Amino acid sequence: MNKDLRKVLAFPYILWMIGFTIIPLSLIFIYGLTDRSGSFTAANVLSIFAKDHFKALVLSIILSIVSTAICLVMAFPLALTLKSKKLNKGSLIVFIFILPMWMNFLLRTLAWLSLLEKNGIINTILNFLHLPSLNIINTPAAIILGMVYNYLPFMVLPIYNVLEKIDDNTINAARDLGANTMQTLTKVIIPLSIPGIVSGITMVFVPALTTFVISNILGGSKVLLIGNVIEQEFTKGSNWNLGSGLSLVMMIFILISMAFIAKYDKDGEGMSV
Amino acid sequence: MIYSKIRKVLGDFYLVFILIFLYAPIATLMILSFNASKSRNRWGGFTFDWYGELFKSATIMSAFRNTLVIAFLSALIATIIGTVAALGINNMRKVPKTVVMAVNNIPMLNADIVTGISLMLGFIAFGISLGFKTILISHITFNIPYVILSVMPKLKQTERVTYEAALDLGATPVTAFFKVVFPDIFPGVISGFLLAFTMSLDDFIITHFTKGAGINTISTLVYSEVRRGIKPSLYALSTIIFATVLILLIVSNIAQNKIKKK
Amino acid sequence: MSTSLIDLEHISKSFDGEIVLDDLNLSIKENSFVTLLGPSGCGKTTTLRIIGGFAQADTGRVIFDGKDISNLPPNKRNLNTVFQKYALFPHMNIAENIAFGLKIKNKSKAYIDDKIKYALKLVNLSGYENRNINLLSGGQQQRIAIARAIVNEPKVLLLDEPLGALDLKLRQDMQYELIRLKNELGITFVYVTHDQEEALTMSDTIVVMNQGYIQQMGTPEQIYNEPENAFVADFIGESNIIGGTMVQDKLVDIFGAKFACVDVGFGTNKPVDVVIRPEDIDLVEPEKGTLVGRVTHLIFKGVHYEMEVTTPNGYEWLVHSTDMFPVGKEVGISVDPFDIQIMNKPESEDEEAVGVNE
Repeated sequence: MNKDLRKVLAFPYILWMIGFTIIPLSLIFIYGLTDRSGSFTAANVLSIFAKDHFKALVLSIILSIVSTAICLVMAFPLALTLKSKKLNKGSLIVFIFILPMWMNFLLRTLAWLSLLEKNGIINTILNFLHLPSLNIINTPAAIILGMVYNYLPFMVLPIYNVLEKIDDNTINAARDLGANTMQTLTKVIIPLSIPGIVSGITMVFVPALTTFVISNILGGSKVLLIGNVIEQEFTKGSNWNLGSGLSLVMMIFILISMAFIAKYDKDGEGMSV
Repeated sequence: MIYSKIRKVLGDFYLVFILIFLYAPIATLMILSFNASKSRNRWGGFTFDWYGELFKSATIMSAFRNTLVIAFLSALIATIIGTVAALGINNMRKVPKTVVMAVNNIPMLNADIVTGISLMLGFIAFGISLGFKTILISHITFNIPYVILSVMPKLKQTERVTYEAALDLGATPVTAFFKVVFPDIFPGVISGFLLAFTMSLDDFIITHFTKGAGINTISTLVYSEVRRGIKPSLYALSTIIFATVLILLIVSNIAQNKIKKK
Repeated sequence: MSTSLIDLEHISKSFDGEIVLDDLNLSIKENSFVTLLGPSGCGKTTTLRIIGGFAQADTGRVIFDGKDISNLPPNKRNLNTVFQKYALFPHMNIAENIAFGLKIKNKSKAYIDDKIKYALKLVNLSGYENRNINLLSGGQQQRIAIARAIVNEPKVLLLDEPLGALDLKLRQDMQYELIRLKNELGITFVYVTHDQEEALTMSDTIVVMNQGYIQQMGTPEQIYNEPENAFVADFIGESNIIGGTMVQDKLVDIFGAKFACVDVGFGTNKPVDVVIRPEDIDLVEPEKGTLVGRVTHLIFKGVHYEMEVTTPNGYEWLVHSTDMFPVGKEVGISVDPFDIQIMNKPESEDEEAVGVNE
């Protein structure tokens, strides 16, 4: 097999990606920019400024920024701790964070309902300890908790990946040159983990921004996110043009995230699985 | 040094806290699967009933079967297409390679809801009726990128030198590939397959949009029952799946360690 | 000159139950160039890491300039390290790398700029301030690592196999460079290597280590010419180590032949180890030799010929000589008395453990 022939090996894959990724994505553009009769309109996209839609978008953005920030704050020290444990090649790390995925995503989220409910497990424990009860179910706080719970691994793994690649002696060198623990962290470790942090932020922010399941289960029907609006247009409302138009708005945010990754994680360090 | 000891203890505490956070819901579900009461927050005594009922429920069993078959087939097909494609991509020039890898990242970085909707619109535009095969195609689509990302790094590390050495020693290109290159990238292929299998098993959103009526996976079955109240048999099923995977992983880890020690 | 700057007192260290250092005592004089030399796993790097503060001794104390620094973190110690594979900061350019320690100490910008210029000049890389470190060659990265350490004006520079990743020619150049730097800076160097030639070229004191013990400490000449045991003799240069019998003072029996030597005090008819360097063996006419053998192997090495001479008892003598004797030729072996080094045979099992099993 010569080189040209070997390139042919990628053809089935390229055809598949054209057929099932590129064409379907272009259909969203077509639907989103036309009305039911098929003529061009910007109304679907602009309907994002309708009161209910805009409110849902703003709430989605706020909740996903908050949960991304919490994930980052939780994941960075965690990844540092895991690195300091010097486990062999991180197989155990992946093990710990991938394993929950074998318990169904919806059931896992649903379990938080049992934990958080008014008469749920956490409140039973709190009452037993004579502590004030926690009433966050069906509020944005519960949704944030669900997001953090589900997406934390997406933040931990890329950060851990880049931290793993930092040579111990690079950190020792900073200490050797007089940096204390905090200075070593801010001047050496964090700057060197930027690719992983950016990947992690994107991997958490995008699904959090677009979820409709977590808000549905943990927010009752009281909290409406942009994901819920779009889902309803496709399943209940049956206005695919409107749903596609709103999806296009969402995709702007996704594209911004992708651009960030491309800028800060050139070698795809954080993306490796 | 006293500070490093304090830091170590704090780190251990934090690790335990995260583990509790990650596994508390899972433990909850496992406990609920033995709860005689149907209520999610009242303990009605210990029972195995839900496990018995699980195997009698045609709905659950068919959803379970669909989930497994789709996860296995989609992971297998994605692994084949992805591994072959990785070989091709590896031989491309820089520019086409960058373009292909950028497209490869789309299903991974894109929101599941957008991927799901776009595939649904695509199937309808092509006149493919929604059902088992559309779920399968969708899962293959989002699985291929994971396989490629697992195989490509291994391929970069090994291929050139060993492959050329094999040719130098008189192997034909095909023999050289299967005797030398493939064993080298095999760990990547396997981890790609396992990742794809896991992703498929855990997917809800894309399945939700591409399944059509009359077919369910465990995820979609759970979703349809969220409002009506979940049958505890589903907890039982999840517990069985989780326990099986946990045992398999532990056994394979022990086996690997033994091989390493030898 | 002769006051000791660093004292390691009764240092022991083990990893996972494996003893790396066992009751090590070492005193390093101010302004000396001390090399810790030994095979991998001998404990030399661990010793350096304990001095630098990157590892903690299980027992024992580290005294630096009269103060116990055993519990001081690395950033509080007035010494700097040049790491294996350099450990430069990949997200900074050359100037930023060199300025790192000074910025931590809040030095003024003018002072820092001055220091960078001075350090780059010292390592012969003037004008490289704004280059990306990833584009430098190994030798250049090495120089930057040294510059980054010395701008902090440490009293001691620790160097952990700094030349290990360089090719032969560059390594030799850097050896001279390091000696020059050491003299210009007038500070103490503690150098770790497994390369005996590096150690002999640069150091004024060599500490030969094996399996957590110091085998011998001395000047390069002492280490090379008067090895105290078979391990040192074998590790430093090439040598013939032969079991012999000390007949009386100044006379040793090797394979039945009597050789005159200069060592005294080993007793009479006592079994000993005899060390003879290959270049100290003179090959002569058979009738003039103390022992007679036949050349069984010959290789041209450039500076000299390397020959193997087999004596009738089957022992193969390693001989270096500028004169060539063809394979098959019968030759006599003669050694000057002061070229014969006598060592006690190890007696206890403990001593055996540090013997020639590397």
